[in-house]
Amino acid sequence: MAEKNVPMREALRAALIEEMERDERVFIMGEEVGGWQGTHKVTRGLLDMFGEKRVRDTPISEMVIAGAAVGAAMAGLRPVAELMTINFAFLSLDAIINHAAKVHYMFNGQFKVPLVIRAASGWGNQATATHSHVAEPIFAHFPGLYVACPSNAYDAKGMLKAAIRDDNPVLFSESIALYSKPSRIPDEEYVIPIGKSDVKRVGKHVTIVSYARGVEWSLEAAEILAKEGIEAEVVDLRWLRPLDLEPVFESFKKTNRCVVVEESLPHFSVGSELAAQLQEAAFDYMDAPIKRVSAMDVPLPYAKEIELMALPNAQKVVDAVKEVLY
Amino acid sequence: MATKQMSLDKVTLLEWYRQSVLIRQFETRCDELYHQKKITGVYLHLYSGHEAVGVGALAALTKDDHVITGYRDHGIALARGVHANPIMAEMMGKRTGVSGGKGGSMHLASRQHNFWGGYAIVAGHLPLAAGIALKEQYMGTENVVLCFMGDGSTNNGYFHESLNLSAVWNLPVVWLIENNFIAMGTRIEDSTGQPELVKRAIAYGMKEGPRVDGQDVIAVHAAISEAVEYARKKGPVLVEALTYRYKGHGASDKQFDARDDLKRELDDWLLNKDPINILKRTLLANFDDVEHDLARIDAEVLEVVEEAVRYAEASPIPTYEDLINNIYVD
Repeated sequence: MAEKNVPMREALRAALIEEMERDERVFIMGEEVGGWQGTHKVTRGLLDMFGEKRVRDTPISEMVIAGAAVGAAMAGLRPVAELMTINFAFLSLDAIINHAAKVHYMFNGQFKVPLVIRAASGWGNQATATHSHVAEPIFAHFPGLYVACPSNAYDAKGMLKAAIRDDNPVLFSESIALYSKPSRIPDEEYVIPIGKSDVKRVGKHVTIVSYARGVEWSLEAAEILAKEGIEAEVVDLRWLRPLDLEPVFESFKKTNRCVVVEESLPHFSVGSELAAQLQEAAFDYMDAPIKRVSAMDVPLPYAKEIELMALPNAQKVVDAVKEVLY
Repeated sequence: MATKQMSLDKVTLLEWYRQSVLIRQFETRCDELYHQKKITGVYLHLYSGHEAVGVGALAALTKDDHVITGYRDHGIALARGVHANPIMAEMMGKRTGVSGGKGGSMHLASRQHNFWGGYAIVAGHLPLAAGIALKEQYMGTENVVLCFMGDGSTNNGYFHESLNLSAVWNLPVVWLIENNFIAMGTRIEDSTGQPELVKRAIAYGMKEGPRVDGQDVIAVHAAISEAVEYARKKGPVLVEALTYRYKGHGASDKQFDARDDLKRELDDWLLNKDPINILKRTLLANFDDVEHDLARIDAEVLEVVEEAVRYAEASPIPTYEDLINNIYVD
């Protein structure tokens, strides 16, 4: 099977092009998606390819970007709305949570919302407190919405295609730090089903659970640990909703120890949820407290030295694994 | 006015009378049921006083056009032709309700009527209206969206963003403000720098429609008919209808008991500006032998409402299956 190295931004772009070619109802709207070629260049060239009808620049109006996308989806189009960054999705929370996630239920199934909201996420560029959020867990709190958090270019392409084809609203988070990182991607089309987590590395001594950028630190940590004879299993959740924990439980029953790694904050986090669910589902298999590696519980500062201090990395994962392998 | 009135036939005006009385009686009955604790949901916002706005405006649409509104939605659903039975069943949280007992008073909708719902977040439905209009434009139809909103919506960010986007994209929307001069409990002069709301159209480079007497169903119909034609051919329009709410913000609102000035104001509207009385006077002045028709309609409507109450009371409550279904599309 022919394949080539493709960075995540190009993989996402390819997914958009394939889905727009496949289905006339799929269109893109958002800030700077057209003439600017996309803030993160994911939509580069798409205005020329598909025209103004299907690649629609909007004003800087996050409430109506999300809300009009909800209305268009209810009416039968399949919008892919870009919010530039997840920080700006806070301005759209009402449309996303009160309407995208609720209208199907609230009107008893009369309306569907086949909507994808794409947003870039993450920290590490001295972007400071308002522009460094990794807010996916907020969106995962609410039933009615799916939340996608791909960890690499290959997954990102297949997951975005699945999200566009699904009849439910999807908040699709893209880690900024991963945009330029490549995966081997086949020329043939593929779709990665919604709500399937994925074992990224097989091991037997400890289970590391992560998603999005955290998977990269987890795999890096696993390589460091392997040199010391510790074989870590790394499970990539891929989706925070639907949350597929079966592979996590299976792994945990084998390793009896777990570290959860996330780029987001520790308070009411994915790590918190995993710890709760693991003790409910696999209490008898637990040999050590579940350890969480996340950003520190502080707003992110500007100065690079202390910004990095606040953030997770592979070494922090290694340290956490050693704690649970006491 | 007389020539405009005479251009409308008796059958049409009697139908508008029937719809107006149906809304009034339906809302009066809802109010009673609320205070009898047979409608137990905390929120119940009644359309009494607004009837001519909903009836006149919806008469200007085709069935392929779209309607969306805020939480004061019972009258809009009825005027759009949704049957009273499933609406009353929704009030009582029954499985046979338009929204299966899961939406309640503020979340009525009927897809088959292109009635996209009542929405309870003030102005939260405005961007949805823009999106529905975008779909029609995208598909190349001439269908329009009629978006009702209260005066309170106009001070919300959604109003600004949605009207601006509709102007930039030239979307086929009629934005219709039902200005009853009070947003929950705050008077318009205390909340709004420019209380002549329709003037805001200028700021968006949008067609400024009329500021119409919302108690005169004929005037509302004429204004919205013109606005709808404009939206079909050219783009968005903002229209303002001046009206009054008879039952406060919601059924639990005791504003008229607490404030003599508001009570006097209400009495003035009831006596001099009631939409049903105005339409009745027009019918009596312009057509012979209309008394019997009016009496017949009054009696028929009472029976429709009582039948709706019986239907709702006899309907089953939702089940555990209903609780957990339709969270996601399978």
